[in-house]
Amino acid sequence: MSVDQATVRRIAHLARIKVADEEVPHLAQELNAILAFIEELSSVDVEGVEPMTSVMPMQMKLRADVVTEGGEADPIVANAPAVEDHFFVVPKVVE
Amino acid sequence: MGFPSPASGRREKPDLLKKELSLTDVTELSLAEARDALVKKEISAVDLAKAQIGAIEQARALNCFIVETPEKALAMAAQSDARLASGDAGPLEGVPLGIKDLYCTKGVQTTAASHILKGFVPTYESTVSANLWRDGAVMLGKLNLDEFAMGSSNETSYFGPVTSPWRRSGSNVRLVPGGSSGGSAAAVAARLCYGATATDTGGSIRQPAAFTGTVGIKPTYGRCSRWGIVAFASSLDQAGPIARSVRDAAILMRSMAGYDPKDTTSVDVPVPNYEAAVGASVKGKVIGIPKEYRLDGMSAEIEKLWAEGIAWLKAAGATIVDISLPHTRYALPAYYIVAPAEASSNLARYDGVRYGLRVPGKDVADLYENTRAAGFGKEVRRRVMIGTYVLSAGYYDAYYVRAQKIRTLIKRDFETVFADGVDAILTPATPSAAFGVGEKGEADPVEMYLNDIFTVTVNMAGLPGIAIPAGTSSEGLPLALQLIGRAFEEETLFSLASVIEQSAPKIELPPKWWA
Repeated sequence: MSVDQATVRRIAHLARIKVADEEVPHLAQELNAILAFIEELSSVDVEGVEPMTSVMPMQMKLRADVVTEGGEADPIVANAPAVEDHFFVVPKVVE
Repeated sequence: MGFPSPASGRREKPDLLKKELSLTDVTELSLAEARDALVKKEISAVDLAKAQIGAIEQARALNCFIVETPEKALAMAAQSDARLASGDAGPLEGVPLGIKDLYCTKGVQTTAASHILKGFVPTYESTVSANLWRDGAVMLGKLNLDEFAMGSSNETSYFGPVTSPWRRSGSNVRLVPGGSSGGSAAAVAARLCYGATATDTGGSIRQPAAFTGTVGIKPTYGRCSRWGIVAFASSLDQAGPIARSVRDAAILMRSMAGYDPKDTTSVDVPVPNYEAAVGASVKGKVIGIPKEYRLDGMSAEIEKLWAEGIAWLKAAGATIVDISLPHTRYALPAYYIVAPAEASSNLARYDGVRYGLRVPGKDVADLYENTRAAGFGKEVRRRVMIGTYVLSAGYYDAYYVRAQKIRTLIKRDFETVFADGVDAILTPATPSAAFGVGEKGEADPVEMYLNDIFTVTVNMAGLPGIAIPAGTSSEGLPLALQLIGRAFEEETLFSLASVIEQSAPKIELPPKWWA
C-alpha cells in the first residue's frame, strides 16, 4: 500500500499537524519508504494467532474506588500557556 | 580462567584512594569505587559533585546535558555528607548521576528534547528518579536524547546532536553516540557522571551503550515503573541504567527497579541484590546462538566479535547451543507499526493548551495544528503520521492487528527456546560501530531504523537485554555483544555479562580532546 498526496494531507489533518503544501510530496515519499519497509509483514501467516494485548501475562489491577488525591489545581495549571483562575484558556469554540 | 574477586571491581587501583585525590582523578573511579570511598569517608559527596560539575563544564562541546543543575547537585551532596556522617546513608549515598531528559524531575525543566515541551517544569518526580534520590544519589542535570526518544543517533534532538567522546583512530570526524539515550551514554563514557538513567523502546539503551563502550541494560517490561517518564510507545518503553561496568549497572538497577502502584504495568516481584550476581559462576548455563541474527552481509569484525563472545562463555563453563528464532526478521517492520501507533496516541496530549509550546490559531483546531507543526521535529512528525495512518479506519486490521499478531509469534519464538532449557541468548548488539554525524538516514529514514535490528526483538517480547563492550572495530571504536534473558532473570544476565567484561580486551577512551 502506498499513500498519495491527498492521503498525506488527510493524515496530517487527523494528526492535527499543519503541513505546508511544498512539504507534501517529500512527506509522501518518506511515508511510502516506511510503508514499503513494513509491507513485508503481509507475507506472514497469522491465521489463528491471537494479537498481543499484554507483553507480560498479568491481571488488570483494580484499586479501591476512593479519592486518593485532589485539590491540586495550582500544580495542574502551573505549566499552561494561558490560564484564567484555574481554567485553561482556548480560542472561542462556541458562538 | 581466573576472575578478580567480586569486591575488587574490574580494575585494581590500590594507590589511588590512598593518595590525596585530585578532582580529575575521582571522575575516573567506577560508581562502585566512588560509593565505597564515600562510605569509608575517603572523599566527601560535595567534593565528588564538584569534580563532576567541573568535568561537565569542560565537556560542553559534547552537548550531553540539556540542563545542568550544579546548585542542586551541591545541595543534595551536602545532605548526603550529613547522612554519611550520621550513619543514615542509602545504597547510592552521595553518588552523582545524570538523568535522561525524558524523566520528569520536580522543579527542573523536562523537555524530552522537544521544542513542544521547552520550558515545561514538572510539579512531580518520576518514580524511578525518586527511587534514586531515596537511595541517596545526587542529580547533576538532564541529559540530551533524540526528540521523544525517537532516533538512533541523538541527531533528532531540538537541542542539537550529542557528540560522542569516541573518535576513529587518526580522525577527528564527529561521531554520534547512538540513541535515543545518546546524552546518557556519552556522559557516562566521558566520565561526566558515574551512571545515568536511560530508556529503551527499541534499543535506546543498548545501542548507545554499544557505540560508547558502556554497559546498558533494558530490564524486563514491568521491572521499572514508567510513571513520570514521558511516554513514547507504552507497551515497549522500559527504564534502565547506563554505566561504565556491569557491577555499576547492577547497583543502579537495584535502586531503579521496584513495584509502583501508579504504573498498572509495573510487576510486583521482589527486587534482588543484582550486584551479588556479578562475578557469580555461569557453569552449566545454556547459551543459545540464534542463526537468524547472522545477517547477509554481516561485517567480518562483528562475526569475529560474536565468535569470541561464544568462546569466552564456553571457557567459563557455559554450554553453547544453536537455536532458531524464526520470526526475527519481522520484528523491526512490526515495531514500525506498533511504536508509531502508540506514539501517535501518546503524543496527542501536546496540544498547546495544558503545557508547553502554544502557537495561536484562528480557532482551537488551528491552534492545535499550528502548535504541533512548530513543536514537533521531522522524525516525530513522521512517526506520528505513520501511527495515525496505521490506526485509521480501514487500515487498523491490516496493519496494527497484524503487527500485534506477529508480536505474539516473536514472543512465542523466545518462549520455545527458553522452554527447551536455554538460559540466555548471545547476539551482536549492533550491526556496526558508531557512524558520523549526518552520515545516515538523510535520504531514507529506514536506513537509520536498521540500527535496531538486533535489539528490537527484545522489546517486542518484553524480555531483558544487556549490551556489554566486547572489542573494537578496525577503526578503534567500541563494539558490543548483547545477552537476552528470560523475563525477570536479570541476575543471569549480570553474571554472564561480567564473564564477557572480564574476558574482553580493555578498551580505552581517547584522551580528553573535548576538555
